[in-house]
Amino acid sequence: MTEGLIAPKPALRRFQQARWDEPAIFDLHTPGSRGVLVPLPDPEMSVGDPLAALPAALRRAEPPGLPELSQLHVLRHYLRLSQENLGVDLNIDVGQGTCTMKYSPKVNDTFVRDPAVAALHPLQDESTVQGVLELIHRLQRMIAEISGMDQVSLQPGAGSAAIWTNVAMIRAYFAARGEAAQRDEIITTVFSHPSNAACAATAGFRVITLHPDADGYPSLAALRAAVGPRTAALLITNPEDTGIYNPRIAEFVALVHEAGGLAAYDQANANGILGITRAREAGFDLCHFNLHKTFSTPHACGGPAAGACAVTEALAPYLPRPVVGFDGERYFLDDDRPESIGKIRPFYGVVPNLVRAYAWIMSLGAEGLRTAAETAVLNNNYLMHQVSRIRGVSVPYAAGRPRLEQVRYSWEQLAADTGVHSEEIGYRAADFGTHYWTSHHPYVVPEPMTLEPTESYSRADLDEYAAVLAEISREAYEEPETVRTAPHRAAVHRVRHETLDDPDRWAVTWRAYRRKILGEQV
Amino acid sequence: MTALVGLVVNPVAGVGGAVGLKGSDGETTQRRAHRLGAVPRAGERAALALAELAARHPEELRLLTADGPMGAEAALVAGFRPQLVHRPGRRTSAWDTTATVRALRRAGVRLLLFAGGDGTARDVLAAEPGCPVIGVPTGVKMHSAVFAVHPRAAGETAAAHLSSGLPVHPREVVDLDEEALRRGRLGARLHGHLPVPELPLRIQQRKTGATTPDPAALGGIAAELRTFLPPGELLVLGPGSTTHQVAAALGAETTLLGVDLLRREGAGLQPLATDLGERELLDRLAGRSAWLALSPTGGQGFLLGRGNQQLSPAVLRSAGRSRLLVLATEAKLAALRGRPLHLDTGDPALDAELSGHHQVITGFRRRALYPAY
Repeated sequence: MTEGLIAPKPALRRFQQARWDEPAIFDLHTPGSRGVLVPLPDPEMSVGDPLAALPAALRRAEPPGLPELSQLHVLRHYLRLSQENLGVDLNIDVGQGTCTMKYSPKVNDTFVRDPAVAALHPLQDESTVQGVLELIHRLQRMIAEISGMDQVSLQPGAGSAAIWTNVAMIRAYFAARGEAAQRDEIITTVFSHPSNAACAATAGFRVITLHPDADGYPSLAALRAAVGPRTAALLITNPEDTGIYNPRIAEFVALVHEAGGLAAYDQANANGILGITRAREAGFDLCHFNLHKTFSTPHACGGPAAGACAVTEALAPYLPRPVVGFDGERYFLDDDRPESIGKIRPFYGVVPNLVRAYAWIMSLGAEGLRTAAETAVLNNNYLMHQVSRIRGVSVPYAAGRPRLEQVRYSWEQLAADTGVHSEEIGYRAADFGTHYWTSHHPYVVPEPMTLEPTESYSRADLDEYAAVLAEISREAYEEPETVRTAPHRAAVHRVRHETLDDPDRWAVTWRAYRRKILGEQV
Repeated sequence: MTALVGLVVNPVAGVGGAVGLKGSDGETTQRRAHRLGAVPRAGERAALALAELAARHPEELRLLTADGPMGAEAALVAGFRPQLVHRPGRRTSAWDTTATVRALRRAGVRLLLFAGGDGTARDVLAAEPGCPVIGVPTGVKMHSAVFAVHPRAAGETAAAHLSSGLPVHPREVVDLDEEALRRGRLGARLHGHLPVPELPLRIQQRKTGATTPDPAALGGIAAELRTFLPPGELLVLGPGSTTHQVAAALGAETTLLGVDLLRREGAGLQPLATDLGERELLDRLAGRSAWLALSPTGGQGFLLGRGNQQLSPAVLRSAGRSRLLVLATEAKLAALRGRPLHLDTGDPALDAELSGHHQVITGFRRRALYPAY
């Protein structure tokens, strides 16, 4: 056998992304084109102009300015756009640390597409939706068991919507006790998800942020300096974005309780602790999960991701309504909750994702959940071992200690040696067909990179991802211009962040694009 | 084996700090500082470093230095019997520094301690010391990365290096154009690198320029600062671009690098006196209470002891810890890379009193808990 035929490490892909120069769909407008020609009704069957029944104030003066296209053009347009993406089913997607999408088993989508779910309307009488209510009720009990909490609402959205729910319940709890004016401070940490600070501020709380010490998490002394009679709550993630578990978390919670505050556990991502430790055992009063991060449902890009908020009995009256109840014979929407913070989303949650999460949990069982977490931790530490050997990368904080589900790495040394920055490594990673993310802002870890493999990816996948990073490191040291001018083989060269950060220039609708970018009077 | 350690002190380093001259370069500045009542502190701080070295390194040391205020006086205070390698004239100059460093190199010292500021570091660099170097911070700003965070840390680093050989890395010697600085313009230049032993958290970082301006964050800090100041309250505002822009957001024109006194009037701040020295501050604050707002130096994290020596221990004690407000954007704290805020007031007891976790105002109704020591 010729030695050269044996690949000592994963071969790098010769990836080339499609580039279609596809216009916006509004620019494809061709007057007279249409997808479906709806036949005129039989005059004998006609009921007249259906719009005439609407009050005049609800009727548009002119039809909406939608583009006219044939079905084929629409299909081709969106297929082309999909080829210019690095979607979760296309790449080794471990580069979206803190929020890596786990594999969503396709079989679970068949349940969602089943008319028993897909054909339901949220305004149906509850007697006609007993099946889906039973599923939601069962999922509520599963989340209660997984978290150790007493009651659960699946009504909120995920992420900031769920954190907002937590903050709103905390505010309602102290308002009911007559302490709302006194307790106006919320404590969080710089490596907890920034939505914790943002939601607390939005709700009118003062926000105190703790910074980590050399172990990677804040000291008890720091918390002691922050906590006091004004403390409403501690909002904390554990492990934080560094993947480091704070082993003194129960002492943190106890300290806040001693001051009369509440403790909320941001378990949006529970990939490293599922089935191993529970919020209740650490003394928390409330927590939430993102079903897309931990329970394998689609993220949906800021769209219909589902959250799960779990609380102790003391906070149960404030849960969003409705909660799905069971009276021993029938399931019902419990909307009569006078102390509830109200609705976070319309109706009773993102039902398709609740179905997927329920199916995922049922398919794994209690032991399977724990195995998923253990595999995620094993994968992460394997990847850390591989990535740590790459020139220019380091693992800040708690040197030599293993991590749980993710790691926030630093390319500080590489940047100092070569002038190549982490964002540029991300652009270059796209040339190999892989996604990459740095960190939330501001960068507390210099030149950050956050990787989270979850349990979904194989050893070969992780080796391939590490090989891509090793190759980019080599390029940074030997031919830095290749990295600095990347991407070369991806559809989009660089996203101009300055327009995304500027309210005067961002355009998220076609009309805003015409007004702000094209300068038209619309 | 007896270790040979070199010492050179720039006796006029830092003399302009407490009197608000933002530096001590040039004979004119030094004369002006003396006229304003400045007291040289370089020798005193060098002695602190030597005392720490002696306490932590009991094995035999031989200290080589220049005569008088350029080293011998500090050595005697710290209990050393120094061997002299250079005798300066009555008025010392940069030439004396370079001559001493060259003599120390010829004598084969294993480690050089120099007490001074960025200008002294440049003189040491020019003399090519040929051994690891530790700067004892006695200047005004000290933007270079060759200094210990305070004199005792210099002694501690020296002792650790002599005992067990710390890793030595080249670190930047940076200096500002002080003439331009006194006119309110900032301009730094990299002059080269000196080999410095690395003891974590004991050697300071290079000063970085202002972080990307974030008007929203600075406006938020200004709004939060206002909540501390009922109408009529006095505020002593430290130097730097953060405090300058926060004051501007409250309608006050302040000096970029001086210490200013302001009063809350209406919705904003009204400057009462700008660019004050230690004596003027003490006179104006006598018997009155005032808040003190400071921002740490970018990338270094110095809260006190770099560029704001006008805020002397006496001034700081008159304000008290509970009236000390620390201002920094989240981005500025993040740029410290997890390192603490540093205190180097020149009074170890006061440093200890001010150490611990400080609530840093990072925006409107936003604070960060950040350690300082």
